[in-house]
Amino acid sequence: MIAPPKPDLVTVNIDGKDIAVPKGTNVIEAARLIGVDVPHYCYHPKLTISGNCRMCLIEMGNPAVDPATKAPIMDPATGKQKINWIPRPQIGCATNASPGLHIRTNTPQIKDCREGVMEFLLVNHPLDCPICDQAGECKLQEQATGYGRGYSRFIEQKNVKPKRTQLGPRVMLDDERCVLCSRCIRFSKEIAKDDVLGFIDRGSYSTLTCYPGKKLENNYSLNTVDICPVGALTSTDFRFKMRVWFLKQTNSIDTESSVGANTVVWSREGQIYRITPRRNDDVNDTWMADSGRELYKQVRSADRLTTIKVNGADSALDIAINTALQLAKDGGVAVVGSGRSSVEEQFLTKKLADALKASTHLVSRVGQGDKLLISADRNPNVRGALVVGLISTMPEVGPALRAGLSSSVHSLASQPSTQAGSESRPHLSGLTDLAAAIDAGQVKTVISIGEDLAAAGLTAAQLGKISIVYLGTHANATSAAAKVVIPTLSVFEKNGTFVNQQFRIQKFAKAVPGPAGLPAEASAKAGATDDLIVLAGLANIAASDVAAVWKLLAAEVPALGTMSYANIPETGLLLDATPFAALPFAEGETLHFKPAKS
Amino acid sequence: MAIVPLERKPLTLAERSYLPGIVGGLKTTLKHLFQPNVTMEYPEQRPALPPGYRGAPTLVKDPHGREKCVSCQLCEFVCPPKAIRITPGEIPADAPTAHVEKAPKEFEIDMLRCIYCGLCQEVCPEEAIWLQNQFSLTGYTREEMVHNKQRLYELGGTLPDPHLKWDKKLAAEVAGGASH
Ligand code: SF4
Ligand code: SF4
Ligand code: SF4
Ligand code: FES
Repeated sequence: MIAPPKPDLVTVNIDGKDIAVPKGTNVIEAARLIGVDVPHYCYHPKLTISGNCRMCLIEMGNPAVDPATKAPIMDPATGKQKINWIPRPQIGCATNASPGLHIRTNTPQIKDCREGVMEFLLVNHPLDCPICDQAGECKLQEQATGYGRGYSRFIEQKNVKPKRTQLGPRVMLDDERCVLCSRCIRFSKEIAKDDVLGFIDRGSYSTLTCYPGKKLENNYSLNTVDICPVGALTSTDFRFKMRVWFLKQTNSIDTESSVGANTVVWSREGQIYRITPRRNDDVNDTWMADSGRELYKQVRSADRLTTIKVNGADSALDIAINTALQLAKDGGVAVVGSGRSSVEEQFLTKKLADALKASTHLVSRVGQGDKLLISADRNPNVRGALVVGLISTMPEVGPALRAGLSSSVHSLASQPSTQAGSESRPHLSGLTDLAAAIDAGQVKTVISIGEDLAAAGLTAAQLGKISIVYLGTHANATSAAAKVVIPTLSVFEKNGTFVNQQFRIQKFAKAVPGPAGLPAEASAKAGATDDLIVLAGLANIAASDVAAVWKLLAAEVPALGTMSYANIPETGLLLDATPFAALPFAEGETLHFKPAKS
Repeated sequence: MAIVPLERKPLTLAERSYLPGIVGGLKTTLKHLFQPNVTMEYPEQRPALPPGYRGAPTLVKDPHGREKCVSCQLCEFVCPPKAIRITPGEIPADAPTAHVEKAPKEFEIDMLRCIYCGLCQEVCPEEAIWLQNQFSLTGYTREEMVHNKQRLYELGGTLPDPHLKWDKKLAAEVAGGASH
């Protein structure tokens, strides 16, 4: 991403090419802009500079000026200002762009330096790529191929270090592979604010370790695995499961909360193996919470719904839709929409509610924010419901919770959690109106879009009074009580968009196919159906995929009027938030987000 | 294109009697009667295979009986017809070969797909997969023709190992632990 021209642009010269960059730009980033790779290990764009790996060595020079008069000294041979080259190499990661800075990365001296650094790094390296999970995405492999000498002169015995040190519940350390770049240490200290890692011992015996009695167990611990340039830190969940070069990468969005962290879903042959963060400098930088990385396990969980049921018996989609519409014909219908549905689904939910003249409700899901990448609002897409007009006010939040939220000031990010995300279950509420209407006998049929009504506060007696049509992914009390159950797709199995807390509309894409149901069953009643197809069927609209729904969205929702699904960039688009500025959003401050003053 | 009609030449007397042809044929037959055999009574007799022969891919153990494959999945990646399918696994921390850390949980080669190219052998960093002398594979079902891990080790047996790199690694670990 080339920054738009600003007044403080300076021109630097890298390998003979001039480029204008904002003053202070890191030389590694400046070189990247013109396609020059400065190999590095310890430098990370979102962490402080530590300059300890020495891989990024460059030659550096500045325009010569006369010390006394400050007049530029010209080189008579070229007619240009003379460059004073520093004779010894400098590290690129700690060099910032200054006017007239000259950089050389392709000289024999630099080649020599890189080979030397690589040789030192590999002296005690176990060379066990065949059993290393990082193979295929390892900087040491890449740099050795690109800048290494290609053969070893080391004949002495290599250092042997512990290979299976469990630093925390989700992170395993192989000491032999560590290149002592300290990225993990800086991450823990600077981003997770949980300063548990450090080096002990000296020289080639230096070892990464946890502070005695502590563990690397905060809810952001797996980011250290992402940023470890080598295979020293590995995820216990992904360890030895699959080689990365087999995995297909699909861009997705973390559905844990309204932060909407950008993610990549890694899958092979319809099975998801891991979820990692995707860089978005306006949302999540390069980080995401550990709890969001485990969400893929729901895709193949045992309680996944895979068969369409009408009154408890297996059925087909058209029968289920007809039955649902029959139930709704007598009036007294309520539609419970979801802040976990995509914008497209919420739009069709609204259409459905309009068609059935039903009241609409939305379940709020509020927990504690961790001030980093999990916000208080655990619905990823409440703002989508506002934008498409499914709701016009925020779903109400229980009074006890409101009080609890405002008093929570400590950072949850640094609190230990043995199981990712277990520390704060969100509180579901927002259906008190619906409960009253059911008690009063005004509502006889409830269509729930993936929301467990029991968990959201309806009593068993209330559930017993109504006919429930349930569209959802997993079995729960509501699906058990429902007359019509239509299994739908999880976020990993469909396309769509979410609007996050910044009113940024972001896309997610289908990574794996939905569950196909049992092969013995006829195709019509097997497996899960895309929510859009079901909703379009219920609402009797001929728009059952994302592209078709977007045509309607663009036509009917002014805020999305100029967009189409294909045009939304991978890092999202900001929508106008002013119409909703007065609403009482639950979020507190998180990374790249400050709540509007209220 | 011009068409050129050709006259068929009439046969000579010798040709019409067939005798020179028969004698010529018998001569060839008689010559081979007294020459050494070039065919073989297969399957009772088996050919001596040249070194470097590429038969069915097999998995081998090292002379100490350790399974050499570490389930790096490089062969799975390189295999042109995608005949190989590996489920990687972890060696438990209390096993004698715990320092190797990784071994295949399951390893399947679909011999109906394999084209005997030998790329798996070439790519293997552990010298664990070898195309050996097994060239005659038959079966009654498709499933039978998918060699699983057990079958692959049965076919592979043990091969000499000039490196024994994991033994050296273990020795270094013991020595290193003592000196530090
Ligand atoms: S474990 Fe990885 S990130 Fe941490 S210092 Fe070692 S190489 Fe760097
Ligand atoms: S010999 Fe070739 S085709 Fe057969 S398993 Fe090995 S790589 Fe695949
Ligand atoms: S390449 Fe060798 S070590 Fe790797 S999985 Fe195949 S047989 Fe095993
Ligand atoms: S990247 Fe510059 S010293 Fe490590």
